[in-house]
Amino acid sequence: MQASKSKQRSHRSTLGLLGIGLGIGALTIGPAMGQSAPKGAATTPAKTFRVCADPNNLPFSNKAEAGFENKLADLIAGALGEKLTYAWHAQRRGFIRETLKAKRCDVVMGVPTQVDMVDTTRPYYRSTYVFVSRTDRHLDIQSIKDPRLKHLKIGVQLIGDDGFNTPPAHALAQQGMKDNIEGYTVYGDYRNPNPPAAIVTAVANGDVDIAAVWGPLAGYFAKQSKVPLTVTPITDTASFKPLEFEFNIALGVRKGDHERRKVLDDILVRKRPQIHALLASYGIPTVPMPVKASQASASDEPKK
Amino acid sequence: MLVRSVLDRFAPAALLLSGLLIGTSLFLPGPVFAQSSQNKTSSNPSQDLLSLQNNPNDWVMAPKNYANTRYSKLDQINSKNVENLQVAWTFSVGADRGQEAAPLIVNGTMYVVAPYAGPHPNRVFALDAATGDLKWSYSPKPNLSAQGVACCDVVNRGLAYDNGKIFLNTLDDYSVAIDAKTGKELWHTKLGDINKGETITMAPLVVKGKVLIGNSGGELGVRGWVTAVDENTGKIAWRAYSTGPDKDVLIGKDFKPQYDWMKGQDLGVKTWPPDAWKIGGGTMWGWIQYDPDLNMIYYGTGNPGPWNNNQRPGDNLWTTTLFARDPDTGQAKWAYQMSPHDLFDYDEINESILLNLKIDGKEQKTIVHIGRNGYIYVMDRQTGKLISADQYDYNNVSKGVDMKTGRIIRVEAKTPTLGKTVVDICPNADGAKDWQPSAWSPKTHLIYVPHQHLCMNWKTSEVGYIAGTPYVGATVDMYAGPGGYRGEYMAWDPVKRKKVWAIREKFPVWSGTMATAGNLVFYGTMDRWFKAVDATSGKVLWKFHAPSGIIGQPVTYSVNGTQYVAILCGVGGWPGVVANAEIDPRVRNGALGFVGATQDLPAYTSGGSTLLVFALGKGTQHAASEQPVKNPSKNAPTDNPGANNAGK
Repeated sequence: MQASKSKQRSHRSTLGLLGIGLGIGALTIGPAMGQSAPKGAATTPAKTFRVCADPNNLPFSNKAEAGFENKLADLIAGALGEKLTYAWHAQRRGFIRETLKAKRCDVVMGVPTQVDMVDTTRPYYRSTYVFVSRTDRHLDIQSIKDPRLKHLKIGVQLIGDDGFNTPPAHALAQQGMKDNIEGYTVYGDYRNPNPPAAIVTAVANGDVDIAAVWGPLAGYFAKQSKVPLTVTPITDTASFKPLEFEFNIALGVRKGDHERRKVLDDILVRKRPQIHALLASYGIPTVPMPVKASQASASDEPKK
Repeated sequence: MLVRSVLDRFAPAALLLSGLLIGTSLFLPGPVFAQSSQNKTSSNPSQDLLSLQNNPNDWVMAPKNYANTRYSKLDQINSKNVENLQVAWTFSVGADRGQEAAPLIVNGTMYVVAPYAGPHPNRVFALDAATGDLKWSYSPKPNLSAQGVACCDVVNRGLAYDNGKIFLNTLDDYSVAIDAKTGKELWHTKLGDINKGETITMAPLVVKGKVLIGNSGGELGVRGWVTAVDENTGKIAWRAYSTGPDKDVLIGKDFKPQYDWMKGQDLGVKTWPPDAWKIGGGTMWGWIQYDPDLNMIYYGTGNPGPWNNNQRPGDNLWTTTLFARDPDTGQAKWAYQMSPHDLFDYDEINESILLNLKIDGKEQKTIVHIGRNGYIYVMDRQTGKLISADQYDYNNVSKGVDMKTGRIIRVEAKTPTLGKTVVDICPNADGAKDWQPSAWSPKTHLIYVPHQHLCMNWKTSEVGYIAGTPYVGATVDMYAGPGGYRGEYMAWDPVKRKKVWAIREKFPVWSGTMATAGNLVFYGTMDRWFKAVDATSGKVLWKFHAPSGIIGQPVTYSVNGTQYVAILCGVGGWPGVVANAEIDPRVRNGALGFVGATQDLPAYTSGGSTLLVFALGKGTQHAASEQPVKNPSKNAPTDNPGANNAGK
């Protein structure tokens, strides 16, 4: 793995796109930051693998490059024989615009395949929303319709994007559960390491009995937890359509960047065993890719 | 019909002073003023601002005066001569983002603040208001750990002034006091944390020596507040939250709401699911009014967040609520919630105007709130009792306000629900009007309202992606309302409760406005026009094609007998994102839907950062003093003869 760790000093603009309640928006720091290739062309290899990533968002990525998306970026850069560089930006509104679309970087390491802000590669894993609870509680709950949930305090992740929230949060509300729900914003408190981990910590501390959390986040932090935690995929979700609980996750490239997408698709196929091992080592719960997921885009299928 | 602004009821001494100055401004130059102002600094500071707000030469607070009329008594520029208005000078604030700030003018010096962008975020400039010469600039040091974190907002809606100090809010939650003469920082106080999504964008208002400041960021789980900071020490005097127990909301024995659903203990807790109020929104990023006679301040709070509406059953007090409070203690006097259990993101941080109106034969002290939910509310500002509530733009989500119960009457079929497509929701999520402040003319007895005219469709389809957590969101597709126009500038009679005239605009009218004794009103458009309009007839008398779209706040002032009109141009804001940022205009649902409503904007403008200052007649000043040097080959060129110490 030759990818050197030269972290380029990317221009760190604040701000994401607009605030709904804020009545504003704005952004782009302008052409000056268009190129994020390291200065000093002499030392720059012919090509760099430029990744857009959050500097504080384990298990996905962080500035110490300890996230599984960092490791995957390493792996891909190595396969490409390119030097890995990062444009760091908190994953808030405006992340894609301020990084990928501003051409400060070329690849986002994890996006759902249905996202239409970017073009996506073939998915390299599929995960699901899960229940996390303390192992010593022996809850063994798999369904949002489980009647026991009505008597438990349940943590959910809150998106806050104009009132839209995670699928389990919506489904629990549909089941009439409101008063026993505790919300944790996915943004968390950015002063702390791994801000979105608060919901898993709350389960370990007993602040909530159980939490409905996106699988990679839950699996990783459950694995790190000193208090043993049990992670159970949420099943029995068909009646909650159009809510989806499982998502295919792929690499994202700028719209129209087909050449890069093809190269990345090939690597994802070639490196499949290593990628699976990597995900497993981070405790990422994966579920099998459906033969033909209803929402799968053309790029989900292996290329002929 | 007798209609008077509350202004006229302010301290007689102030009236006398301003009356004097109107008549004598031609031969009473700036320095005299400076002195009179200085003499007052040792006296009650509130008296000082109470006088200054009435001085037509100055524009000493963003809303011009505590009543928020944005009305100037200057009439040198008037409906007869406005066609001769020309650029006097210009200045770049150096950051091409949305420019929403109102310049302040105090004693011939102009103070203006840039957005939170570029190498010097939220930089403050002091300029000679007549010449545009730069006197000093101040750059706050942004919180370095905050870089790359703030979500949403980069605009700044303006500065405040009192007692020789300029007060700045930075996006990363600092209140800063700056010496108005030297640009030296006097103190700074951290009021919130940008790392939690909390920001400050509003223009502070100084009342009785306290700087009043509210926060932004409701969507991110921020709990809204308004905080009073002592103008001399920077110490927090009080903080009133918009959600939570009464002791946090500063609700006590003085609190007398008019309507039943707002009566009871700890409603800021009980009208939410358990603990949901802790991240319940109700931020305050708009305007504050002050009535010195009643000793009350007024402001509206933002929408509830970040919960989906079916997860926060209840009225969600005290979001979308107009509050009256005691400025000394922050204690609430009354409250009125405009959209109980808000569904549409209808923040009510919009401005109100304090007017004394003759209604049904008797003069009433009213507060007029031009709501985001599409209603103009006229209320008794002493008690919070409704006098009238009328729709001022096309509205198909509510049928009116029940004057008995005070509650808005919803059209249930328009409730957005996940899994259901709701089409044709008018007004759209940013309301019939947003932050852009209106003006009132005591000459025409009309309120001038810049606003949007947009509708939206709400479809569950989009997969959202935030912080590695996928979810099913909605496509919010915004488009022009009935008639095909997207913005309107209208004159409204608050007594007759009707629209008198309206100018239809291609884009949402996202700029503020002002009215003058010259029977003029001014506003700007996103397609780069700055317009002067006859206040009576609505006829456009003059317009100027600016470097960029306008979403700022026009102001007017006078120096040495010359009246100036100033506005910042530079498109941005929610609807302007498409023009100044890298959003693909072909994607209709970008920028949470607003791109759909403004996707042709890049054909009209790009971003900008120019302060434009206009005056009648001769255009740029002091050109006559500039001569070519006599023997240019002899001496190496030095500074221009007229050069100043700009930037030193």
